[in-house]
Amino acid sequence: MTKEHANWSPYDNNGGTCVAIAGADYCVIAADTRMSTGYSILTRDYSKICKLADKSFMASSGFQADVKALQKVLSSRHLIYQHQHNKQMSCPAMAQLLSNTLYYKRFFPYYAFNVLGGLDSEGKGCVFTYDAVGSYERVGYSAQGSGATLITPFLDNQLKSPSPLLLPAKDAVTPLSEAEAVDLVKTCFASATERDIYTGDSVEIIILNANGVRRESEQLRKD
Amino acid sequence: MGNVITLMEESVLSTHKAEMDTLLTSKGDSQRTQYPYVTGTSVIGIKYKDGILMAADMGGSYGSTIRYKSVERIKQVGKHSLIGASGEISDFQEILKYLDELILHDNMWDDGNSLGPKEVHNYLTRVMYNRRNKFDPLWNSLVIGGVKNGHKYLGSVSMIGVNFEDDHIATGFGNHLARPILREEWREDLSFEEGVKILEKCMRNLLYRDRSAVNKIQIAKITEEGLTVSQPYSLKTFWNFAAFQNPTVGAEGSW
Repeated sequence: MTKEHANWSPYDNNGGTCVAIAGADYCVIAADTRMSTGYSILTRDYSKICKLADKSFMASSGFQADVKALQKVLSSRHLIYQHQHNKQMSCPAMAQLLSNTLYYKRFFPYYAFNVLGGLDSEGKGCVFTYDAVGSYERVGYSAQGSGATLITPFLDNQLKSPSPLLLPAKDAVTPLSEAEAVDLVKTCFASATERDIYTGDSVEIIILNANGVRRESEQLRKD
Repeated sequence: MGNVITLMEESVLSTHKAEMDTLLTSKGDSQRTQYPYVTGTSVIGIKYKDGILMAADMGGSYGSTIRYKSVERIKQVGKHSLIGASGEISDFQEILKYLDELILHDNMWDDGNSLGPKEVHNYLTRVMYNRRNKFDPLWNSLVIGGVKNGHKYLGSVSMIGVNFEDDHIATGFGNHLARPILREEWREDLSFEEGVKILEKCMRNLLYRDRSAVNKIQIAKITEEGLTVSQPYSLKTFWNFAAFQNPTVGAEGSW
């Protein structure tokens, strides 16, 4: 007796690209707003960025229903934390929570590719990058999603990050100014849009710094 | 003597083996949804000046047979919302039962508040996602639209829980054939007549090209004042193309 094969998949890839760059006293988190399935565009105006805490923003691409569920789980865990500790979660703490939440479903994963960006307790920019099952690392910048392979080499070249193997560990945050970093992000998305069919329509950019949060939006090619 | 015992042992062993087989094969598992049986095709929804317009045909296909021709695939949900469904009709009926219970409990609070389209959409997203997590999906693509307190809302949920809202929504073939028309022609301030014209243009397109479409459609309208579902009617189609008149004129012997 051969086992029956399912003719539907519980997963789908709704596409999109996410990027985050950490600066000395700011953090830029950006994602495009296109949501696709197969070769169709479902909507041109969907936000992939979620505010998890005052100083933590998560951008996620992949399977949208799993991303939504993940955002919900983390938001409610943060609310409970606030009730119990009477304060906001720090970005490194949220980073650990995200990792644990992802690994919890190690054998039926959240198909979500996440970048967590924010400010740490010293006010320095921090970016954490993840795979679908929770493996994570603090980095100076990261790209995830369908356009990541196009953007990461470009950022490697432009941001000249020190090797993570150096001892003592050199700080990976970029010396670029906030305006320069935002411009770099816009360039990344404009380039990725040219060649990645799942990236485009517009890019939503969140800039976090000591003064608070700022939101920018830039139109991208719609083809 | 030895032969008889062996024969008896063999028959006992073989019945045991049959039992073991049923437990180990997938037939022994509890059944999970594998494929749909009676299905509805596309649903299209648009926002217009006063509210939401939704269109769907009344067909229920059984594979490649068009078995049912009077299936209402757009239904009211509470005071403020409409739901349109494509996919498995029996799963849609079950969803309507869940929504019935949801609205009932909402009314029983008797607190003057009532669930709007956004809430219904959120509820259905959770239901669809949770069924997908159990590997037993409700095989539907749903469109939820409505108006509450002046806010128009139009959203979609798929069988695996993918959800979003937009100014125009379509399911199934509608995504390929209707959405492009809507992207060109939709505007924020469409009047009712203009909206119906655009929807009819989309439905006609689907009628020509989607083989599971039937020429009996309903258009539903929901505004702050309330909801109306039109009587079923047919679209005019045109087949009098010159090339159809004498199709074999250029190639004698073909059909």
